[in-house]
Amino acid sequence: MTEFLSAFAWIFDPAHSIGPGGIPARVTEHVWYSLMTILIAAAIAIPIGVAIGHTGRGRSVAVQISGALRALPTLGLVILLALLMSLGLVPPTIALVVLAIPPILAGAYSALESVNRATIDAARAVGMTQWQVLFKVELPLGLPLIMGGLRSAALQVIATWTVAGILPVGGLGRYLIDGLSVKDYAQMLAGSVLVVALALVVDALFAVVQKLTVPRGVSAGRQAGEIVKTPSRRNRATLSINS
Amino acid sequence: MTWLWANFGLVWQLTVEHIALSAPPVLLGLVISLPFGWLANRYRVSRGVILTIGGILYAVPSLPLFIMLPAILGTKILDPVNVVVALTIYAVALMVRVTADALVSVEPAVVQSATAVGFSTWARFWQVELPLSGPVLLAGLRVVSVSTVSLVSVGALIGVSSLGNLFLDGFYRSFPTEIVIGIVGTIVIALVFDAVLVICGRLLMPWSRTERPDRSGAADVGVEQVRAG
Repeated sequence: MTEFLSAFAWIFDPAHSIGPGGIPARVTEHVWYSLMTILIAAAIAIPIGVAIGHTGRGRSVAVQISGALRALPTLGLVILLALLMSLGLVPPTIALVVLAIPPILAGAYSALESVNRATIDAARAVGMTQWQVLFKVELPLGLPLIMGGLRSAALQVIATWTVAGILPVGGLGRYLIDGLSVKDYAQMLAGSVLVVALALVVDALFAVVQKLTVPRGVSAGRQAGEIVKTPSRRNRATLSINS
Repeated sequence: MTWLWANFGLVWQLTVEHIALSAPPVLLGLVISLPFGWLANRYRVSRGVILTIGGILYAVPSLPLFIMLPAILGTKILDPVNVVVALTIYAVALMVRVTADALVSVEPAVVQSATAVGFSTWARFWQVELPLSGPVLLAGLRVVSVSTVSLVSVGALIGVSSLGNLFLDGFYRSFPTEIVIGIVGTIVIALVFDAVLVICGRLLMPWSRTERPDRSGAADVGVEQVRAG
């Protein structure tokens, strides 16, 4: 455990808080890369997931594709794309977007599938159009689960950008990979502590956002002790590698 | 392909090492999560504590965990134990929630009937609650198995050898074929593990075969995510 003392000494060493290789710069890079990756992946996966969840079509294809994507080893994909394309930020970003799509997609379609059938039928019965059902009923009720998908994708992306430090990119992975090549364990450990801290902060932020996105009516119902049991339709959605 | 035949011995040895690193975490994940999953349902406080800790551990990125474990366990950084412990932590973190949800999803009437005909708590757990949670546990274990097999290769970065070695070697020598073989090998191991789990499920739970296949993964195991990084 004494190694952690030297890691913290490394983190709080003033020499490591300035310049392009300093901790603030590396944290900013890591957050920036991760944010871009998540935004691109969300722009692709959320509309598709919402379409699948709303129409109920194409679900099995989506499950199979995301199941197959998940078996891909991240390190291999990141390195392969870098070799086939070029060094630089584009290949690892593409690899990470591919890896971030399955959890966001699963979050989006299971979110819409989790909405009680009776609620949707009621919305139709009072005369809502398809779009109104989608935007005023399904999306608000499904938002916490959509956020859940983004949450796991974000954690995965933060983790994989660290691994992507094997390529000449910035981010906190630099400390781990560079420390490894010069056998500087304090630096590796310091980098690890910083990545873990970043991941846990992001996870906590998403936990708060997920709580806040539960519509007021739903949380009031839960507090009143009503049984908010989702129909079985949702349950089938959550596991995406079933046969 | 020529490269594969010329280096088949190496690839096979790395495959064996890859399997040796991925199998223990999956098995340990199941075994360790059973008591904790049970405990999570037993008391309101223990549920909150166990599921929160599980959630936090699951959020820790893999490479930093591989690097931090030697400092925590006092092991050498090259020791494969670090990778096995890290992946076991993830497996337990995920399986605890699955186990807790699986045990809770057992029909209360069945549990009460078992109590009524004289099962002790111990016997009821092993002979009624556990077998009935089997399909859900299996579904969770399949998720754990895929992500474990995929994550083992990250260990190559810290010098623990597996098929991940092919990724690094292919990178340093600018030889994509080697990387593709590593990726395909990893996927094949993941598929074999999955098939083994499904077959074990069929043998241990012959009754679930008559159900529709999509119901075996039916209960809400609460995992939209497979960790991959």
